Order: sequence, then C-alpha cells, then structure tokens
Amino acid sequence: MTVVTSADQADAQELMVALGGAGPAPTRTVVAYGFWIFLLSDIIMFSGLFAAYAVLSEHTANGPSGRELFDLHNVFIETACLLLSSYTCGLAALSAEHRHPGRFYVFEALTFILGGAFLFIEISEFAGMVAQGAGPSRSAFLSAFFTLVGMHGAHVTSGLLWLLYMIAQVAVKGLRPHVLRRLLCFSLFWHALDIIWVGVFTMVYLMGAG
Amino acid sequence: MDGDDRVLHERSPGVEHQESRADFLSYSAGLVLAVALTIVSFVVAKTNLIWGPGIPVGLVVLAFAQIGVHLVFFLHMGTGTDNTNNILALAFGLLIVFLVITGSTWIMYHLNTNMMAMPPH
Repeated sequence: MTVVTSADQADAQELMVALGGAGPAPTRTVVAYGFWIFLLSDIIMFSGLFAAYAVLSEHTANGPSGRELFDLHNVFIETACLLLSSYTCGLAALSAEHRHPGRFYVFEALTFILGGAFLFIEISEFAGMVAQGAGPSRSAFLSAFFTLVGMHGAHVTSGLLWLLYMIAQVAVKGLRPHVLRRLLCFSLFWHALDIIWVGVFTMVYLMGAG
Repeated sequence: MDGDDRVLHERSPGVEHQESRADFLSYSAGLVLAVALTIVSFVVAKTNLIWGPGIPVGLVVLAFAQIGVHLVFFLHMGTGTDNTNNILALAFGLLIVFLVITGSTWIMYHLNTNMMAMPPH
C-alpha cells in the first residue's frame, strides 16, 4: 500500500515537472543545491592554484625537484586515509538519515581519525621538507607546491573542525531535519575534498615523482 | 527523545529499508572502484611496461575516471529529474575549470618560449 502510494506520488510529481509547474523544491534540495554551487566555486579557486602549479612546477631554481622530495609510500597512505574517510563519512550520513545515532557516532569518529591521520602525515611531510631547506621560499616550484597542497590541507583542517561541531550538534539537538541538512552539506564538503585530492596526487605527486 | 520519535515516523519505513540497502551498496561500490583506480594510478606512475610519455596521459584518464566514480557513487550525481540543476551547475563549473587551467598553461607556455633570454646576474 505504501509503495503504491509513493509510486503514484512520483508519477504525479514527474507529470508536474513535465508541465513546468512542480512548485517549490523541498528545503533539502535547495540547501544541497546552494552548497553545491559553493563547492563548485571552491573547485574553481583550486583550479587557479592547479594552473599556477602547472606553470611553475619546472621552475626549481636549481633547488630540489619533486622527484627528489616526494615519497610515494606516504602519499599512498594519505590517499588511502582520505578515501576511507570519505566512505565512512558516507556511511555516517546514511546512519543519520536512518536515525541510528550509535552508528553515526562510530562512523564519524572513524572519519575524524582517518582525516586526522591524513593531516598528520601531510604536516610531517611539510616539516621534513622545510627542515631539509626545501621550504616554500626555496623556489617557484615549492611556493606553488606549498600553496596548492597547503590549501587542500587547510580545507581538511576546517572540515575536521566542522565535523566536531556537527557531532556536538547531533549530541545536543538530536537528528532533527535542520541538523540533517547541515550534515548533508558537511558530507558534500568532505567528498569534494577527496575529489580535489585525486587531482593533487595525480598531478603533483604521481606526475612529479614518476 | 520525543522529538526524535516524531521525526522517525515522518518517513515510510517500507521504502526506507530498500533505499538504505541501495545507498550502502552505492558507497561500497564507489569505494571498491576508487581503490582499484588509485592502485592502478600508483602502479602506472612507476611502471616501465608502457611508453614513458604515455604515462601522464594514462594518469589523467585514471584521475578523470576516479573523479567520475566519486561524483556518481559518493555525491550521487545521477540522472534523476531533480538532479538536472546540479548537473548543469557541474557542467558550467567544469567549463570554467577547463578554461582556467588550459588557458593559463597555454598562455604561460607561449610567454615562456617567446621571452628574451635573461642576462645572468
């Protein structure tokens, strides 16, 4: 009975869309669309940094190049951490949608630990490079490298802070519709960071070290 | 707790169960595909089996494939009727990204090759 009703509703909605009179979209759809526009603008900002890196990556000013600096084992572990955290973040969003607060906390804790591990490896990589005299002021290549990868790291850092804030909101307010909409935005943000990381590890690390 | 219970009954439980399975399978399939593409990328970057200059091209193709997997399986960019606006915004974003990256590298490459040799300091 329930299924028939929802199928009828879907048909009716499709008809309304076809007639161009669907009425206002649900708040959730509007919120996700607005946040999607923000994410696209963020990705366009990153495209500027990617372009700068592509232009400057050969200009090492007789300093160390990517081939000497990058350790692909670390990068692989970083990639694995971020990818798994994207997966656990998706499962956490799913648990929240289906009102399982227990599972939600477990998956968000895993997301936080994996994201934190990614950030820890990245910061120790940066510290190691600065310690051997390959800091951002060494060459145009390294300035572009630290700007691009550092900007991604800054996004991951703010994502981790946002994640803590969302866990606190769920703990205090419960899984209410407006909290769920904020969670949806957080998941979109976290998945978008993983998409940008795909560009970073391909263009910076694999092409730089290969 | 009252508030939570009220929210719980806003959805129809029968439909919910099917959605849950489908979404879980979507995330898991996305993870498997993304892991496979990542491993292939790292192997390709270090391989001697294919012609050297072909490696960057292969890496770019693998990266685009992986971004596609993320968009479809994690961000749920499907072909549903309510997804048209999202897809259009994405297409516009990709156009701008393409213009910024290829435009910058193209212009800077030509500036670089046409620049007069700098006197050494």
